[in-house]
Formats: sequence, structure tokens, C-alpha cells
Amino acid sequence: MSTLVIAEHDNGSLKGATLNAVTAAQAMGADIDILVAGAGCDGAAQAAAAVAGVSKVLVADNAAYEHQLAENVSLLVAEVGAGYDNIIAPATANAKNTMPRVAALLDVAQISEITSVESADTFKRPIYAGNVIATVKSADAKKVITVRTTAFDAAAAEGGSATVEAVDAVHDAGISSFVGEEVAESDRPELTAAPVVISGGRGMQNGENFKLLEGIADKLGAAIGASRAAVDAGFVPNDMQVGQTGKIVAPDLYIAVGISGAIQHLAGMKDSKVIVAINKDEDAPIFQVADYGLVADLFDALPELESKI
Amino acid sequence: MKVLVAVKRVVDYNVKVRAKADGSDVDLNNVKMAINPFCEIAVEEAVRLKEAGTATEVVAVSIGDKACQEQIRTALALGADRGIQVETECGVEPLVVAKLLKGVIEKEEPQLVILGKQSIDGDNNQTGQMLGALAGMPQGTFASEVVIDGDKVNVTREVDGGLQTVALNLPAIVTTDLRLNEPRYASLPNIMKAKKKPLDVLTPGDLGVEVTSHLTQVSVEPPAERQAGIKVEDVDQLVDKLKNEAKVIS
Repeated sequence: MSTLVIAEHDNGSLKGATLNAVTAAQAMGADIDILVAGAGCDGAAQAAAAVAGVSKVLVADNAAYEHQLAENVSLLVAEVGAGYDNIIAPATANAKNTMPRVAALLDVAQISEITSVESADTFKRPIYAGNVIATVKSADAKKVITVRTTAFDAAAAEGGSATVEAVDAVHDAGISSFVGEEVAESDRPELTAAPVVISGGRGMQNGENFKLLEGIADKLGAAIGASRAAVDAGFVPNDMQVGQTGKIVAPDLYIAVGISGAIQHLAGMKDSKVIVAINKDEDAPIFQVADYGLVADLFDALPELESKI
Repeated sequence: MKVLVAVKRVVDYNVKVRAKADGSDVDLNNVKMAINPFCEIAVEEAVRLKEAGTATEVVAVSIGDKACQEQIRTALALGADRGIQVETECGVEPLVVAKLLKGVIEKEEPQLVILGKQSIDGDNNQTGQMLGALAGMPQGTFASEVVIDGDKVNVTREVDGGLQTVALNLPAIVTTDLRLNEPRYASLPNIMKAKKKPLDVLTPGDLGVEVTSHLTQVSVEPPAERQAGIKVEDVDQLVDKLKNEAKVIS
């Protein structure tokens, strides 16, 4: 058995999500290689080689892969992955974009966002916004899998000594090109990896009031999230959205402020270890999953909380 | 240009589904069904392209049993011109759906194919990408803005760090994110008119596709229940509990 893990990276460094995918790969009990596809991605490749438990790092360094265009990267992964039993990637926006193309090129099903490995061909994954956990068995000889990162611990980023090998294959489908990007700047920890997340919802009333969360976030080393209502109302950018259609988080502490707790939001945070809800509506559904609920006006509670932690 | 929109019949998004007691499947008896919210956004985008004079015809396609004609009629009431149902049983896998849609593309030759980014039942987020690979077309997934520019389409995509814009050669695939647009409501006159719009029924055989299954659902179960929590009196008590009981802050 052999497994190819597709690295999530920004060329210069390896993203933490890759480490969770490596742990899932280890659960399959196979030899693990990592593929780093990018341009000028030596930094990411060196970081991948240091990950514990990895035998080999394959590096495809070419301008065609710089922005992870799915049309190009999928051709590469399908070619390199042809020699492996499993192809695994963390369920990030990049992998969700590319991996189904890989699966289709190999004519196999993709198993999305697995939360556990039951055996070499059987996996658990949430469906219906996490209201049901399905156990699925794959009949394909080769498995293409994306991993819900919050369901697997991160593999040790140090201690490995994998060999680094260049892959010469260049695939430029020539049907798509990168135009530009707008990256949201933040000094706070990444939402999906933060130990504490504090999120605001429609109850925050406007974007300005999200500042009330910042002081608390700074004191707790927390990332700031939001419900879809807050994003749709334009309070905050969409990459802060937690939920079925946004990011999935499972921090040690999740503080939901002014969030009612719709099914779609719960899908993104209900695996958090401790959930705190601050809401003035005592019947809000969020209180049914909260370990500690505070029925209070957030505009009174937040400054007080900030001063007392 | 011609635009093809794929729509799926799913459980209404407000319904909280449950696993059957024997764990064989989810219980969908007497549950309200609707068009998948992301598909509704796809239809809206196609209709807007038509209203802007960019698209000449909007074809709505759905794959499933006869009941999915209801969702095709919804798409027609929202402004699609005609419908195609590919008759299969329910619960067809994304890879097979993609193969069937590729068959429809070969018949219809659309310049743009719009799908939702994921269905809210299977939560797979695969079909559009698989279709792109099979049809050899570029893809703009998780789109929050779509701009047709001559023989290209510029798609702004919602990615983990923010937004990314890509240019795709037409014909292309676009999958919609929630922020692409605000779907309209179908008016009663439009719902009546939609009943008269053409709706063709095809079989997988007509498209040269064999319906297979790569995955078997072994069982379903409810997720681990959370312990019911407590309500605290005030901020002091909350801080105390977090520090001394949950020990998540210091």
C-alpha cells in the first residue's frame, strides 16, 4: 500500500492542513509520499521533507502550477498518483477544486471530507450539514480522498528526513489563467487552526461592532469568525464564515456572540470542545449545543468579558 | 450563447433530517423537498445572463426520478427556457452525474455550464469539477462573480485566504457560491407559464452512459450528541467556569 498526500502550501511554506492529511494517511497504514506542486516552492518542499513519517517528497516546480489552477494540477496529480493506492488531500478550497478533477481523470469516485478511517476501503463522513454520519465503502482500486482537517491531529512537522525528488512532468492545459487575488490580511491565528475562535453573527448589527470581539480575541489568542448572516450583511469578509458552506472549525473554545445557531452554522463548529453562547434570546437554538450559555445583551457582556479575562 | 444549468432535488434546507433507527439510511418520508439552494443561485445567474443579452437560451437539466421534474419546473418558472430530465433512480453518485451531464453537453453544446458548488444533502462538492475534467473544460468553482468577456469568462472565486480571479476559455464550467447573487421568487403567472415550457426526458442509454456505483453506503448514524450545557448568571460566572471548570482559558 502506498499513499500520495497532496501538499497544501503557498510555495514558500507548508500549510498546517497538510499535517492533518498526513495523519489520515498514516491511519490507512501505508507508505506516505508528499507531492508539492507549485512554482518556486522549495521552501514548501523542504518543510514537507521534515514532516515525521514521510518517505519521499516529490516536487513539481513549474510556472504552470504557481496558482494551483485545477486544470493543470489535476493532470499532474493524476499522472503522479497513478502509481499509488491512495491519493489524499486536506479538504481546503484548493483541494476541493482540484481533487474531484483528479478522481474523474482516473475514473474513480472521490470520498469527500472523511472524518475517520475505518479500514483501507471504509470511511466515515458527515452528510446533510453534519446531521448524519455516513459510513461508506469504496469499490475502487484507487481511493481519492479529501480529509476534514479538524477530525485528525496534526502529524509532527519535525523529525522526518524524507528524500526530495524532482518531478519533471509539465502539464499546462492552456484553458485557464490566473488574473489576480485579494488576500484578507490578518495577524490573528488562522481560523481553521486556532485553539480559540470567537464569532459574531447578525446580532453584532454592523461591521464596526466586530471591534468588540478584537480585544477578547487578542487576550485569548483567538481567531475571529462569523456566521453567514454577518457575512451576507457585509459586516465582515466571506473568508471569516464558519459553517456548512464556509470553514469547518473545532477549537478548544468557541464563543458564539449574537448567533442564533442555524443548522448550517452548527455544521461548522459543533465539534468544538467547549462552546459558549452569548445571546439575548434565551430560546436561540445555539443554547442547545452550548456548554455555557449567557443570556445577555452582547453590547454589555463583551466589554465586561474583555475586562475580566 | 447557450447556457446549461444543472439543478438537484434535495431536502429543504430548513429540515433537520435524521438517520432511520435501523441505520440503513436517512429518513426522507414525508420530508419537504426543494431545489438545492446553490442550484437556485445557478439558475438565477443564467437568467441574469439572458436578461443582459449575453445568453440566448437557458436549459435546465436534472438527473433523478420523475419527482425531479418539479425542480426543473421551478427552474423554468424562474426563467429557464426548457428542461431536460435524465431519468435515473435517486442517489446517483457525482461521478455518474458528471458523465450524464457530459452526455447532455455533447448533445446541447452549451458555451457555459453553471452548477451549484455542492448539494446540501451529500455535501460532496464534486460534480462540477468532475464534469470539467470529463468534458475537458476549464472550471471556475465557488464563484462569487462571473463576467463574460468575449470568448473568455472571468470568474472571481471564494478561496481560503480571500478571493481569486481566473480567466477561463469558453466553453467553461462555473459552480456557484452563496454570494454570487440573490435568487428571485417565481411569480404565479411565471409558474403557470412554466407548465407549458418543453421538458424532454432522456435515459442514460440515450447518452451512452452506464449507471454504476463506486461507493456503497454501509450505514448512517446520528452524530455524537453534545451534553446539555448550563446557563450562567453573568459574565463573572462565565469567566469562572471557563477558567476553573472547562479550563480552556487561564
